[in-house]
Amino acid sequence: MGTSADPNPRFQEYAHPERLVSTEWTAEHLDDPEVVVVESDEDVLLYETGHIPGAVKIDWHVDLNDPVTRDYIDGEGFAALLGSRGIGRDTTVVIYGDKSNWWAAYALWVFTLFGHPDVRLLDGGRAKWIAEERPITTEVPERTPVDYPVVERDDSSIRAFRDDVLAHFGSPLVDVRSPLEYTGERTTAPEYPEESALRAGHIPSAQNVPWSKAAADDGTFRSRTELESIYEAGAGLSPDDDVIAYCRIGERSSHTWFVLAHLLGYEKVRNYDGSWTEWGSSVRVPIVKGEQPGEVPASLARA
Amino acid sequence: MTTEALPASLSDIRDEFLAVAVRDRLLLLLDFANDLPPLPERYGEHPERLERVTECQAPVFVAAEVEEGVVRVFAMAPAEAPTTRGFASVLVHGLDGLTVEAALAVPDDYPQTLGLGEAVSPLRLRGMTGLLGRIKRQLRAAA
Repeated sequence: MGTSADPNPRFQEYAHPERLVSTEWTAEHLDDPEVVVVESDEDVLLYETGHIPGAVKIDWHVDLNDPVTRDYIDGEGFAALLGSRGIGRDTTVVIYGDKSNWWAAYALWVFTLFGHPDVRLLDGGRAKWIAEERPITTEVPERTPVDYPVVERDDSSIRAFRDDVLAHFGSPLVDVRSPLEYTGERTTAPEYPEESALRAGHIPSAQNVPWSKAAADDGTFRSRTELESIYEAGAGLSPDDDVIAYCRIGERSSHTWFVLAHLLGYEKVRNYDGSWTEWGSSVRVPIVKGEQPGEVPASLARA
Repeated sequence: MTTEALPASLSDIRDEFLAVAVRDRLLLLLDFANDLPPLPERYGEHPERLERVTECQAPVFVAAEVEEGVVRVFAMAPAEAPTTRGFASVLVHGLDGLTVEAALAVPDDYPQTLGLGEAVSPLRLRGMTGLLGRIKRQLRAAA
């Protein structure tokens, strides 16, 4: 099922090299019937300005989020969405997007909640494809709908909820937002509306490792050695740790989740998608301000 | 909502959006994005004179002025952020040339009346509300 992995030697050092494909590999597989390329961006109109020929669009807000409850779509919704894009359960899905693949990684994480077997990221994303002057088109492909099975979402292994975080203290937390968001400094003028959390700062004991450290200037992932130096030497993580990552709404931390789980091979990594917009507005959860990770309140510390 | 008070320029834009299906509203927004007027030289050479709109995900800058009682609105947003460019362009086309009173009377929920919530999501639409708020604030300060 699906198609073979990209043998690119650059990826072989990663724990799960089959999760990445290069622009070269993608260009060679645009007509591969086993492969569907998906664009997923922060900007909902970017696909319409031009995309990889044959690529379909999946938007995190409009397609992947439930329109009513703050949650993702359910098994039926996912089956309808993927079926409508001509994606079967056996299809190899290659996702790419803007901003060094933030939103592409987010989409890949949601695909993983539904256990889609073969889903990969295009290393370097949209920017690298365009920088290499590869073809783009505004033509929207007509895909023949297929039957995608209804598979219920599994929220237990790679997704964390607020209560999971409260029960996690003592194990590593990674805050992947910018340093200013982490310290809780106000970045907007007082008379302007604040961001959508009521309090600023970070979750006690969380290390600050901005997501972008994992991306090189051309949007590709850094080498395994560089990543180990960032997350292990720098933030004290180790591969057998139970890690929860968070940001503001869970998109940047999906990028970090991808790095820890697929590039470094950590087996227990969860993304707290409620992230700061939930934590920073919750009543009586502990918050630390400033540059230090801070102490976990004694009442919440795990033995 | 006080639709009677809405200037014709803005109600025409709204009607244009509401006349087409949700999917085509995105393409119409893209048309607006492609039609954002370039900055006049005095801003083009001094982008720091524009105000950054932090409610938008992408960097977008606006400046609103009053020239002999007439509103002038200028905005700048990168090509990689077509949604934000589209939002700015709708407001530039809708507000430029109005009287200050008419511009300040535009309901703050105008962005929510364009039928774009379903097409771009209500969260993204907040960026346009932020833009409108800042333009009106600058006009109040200039008037």
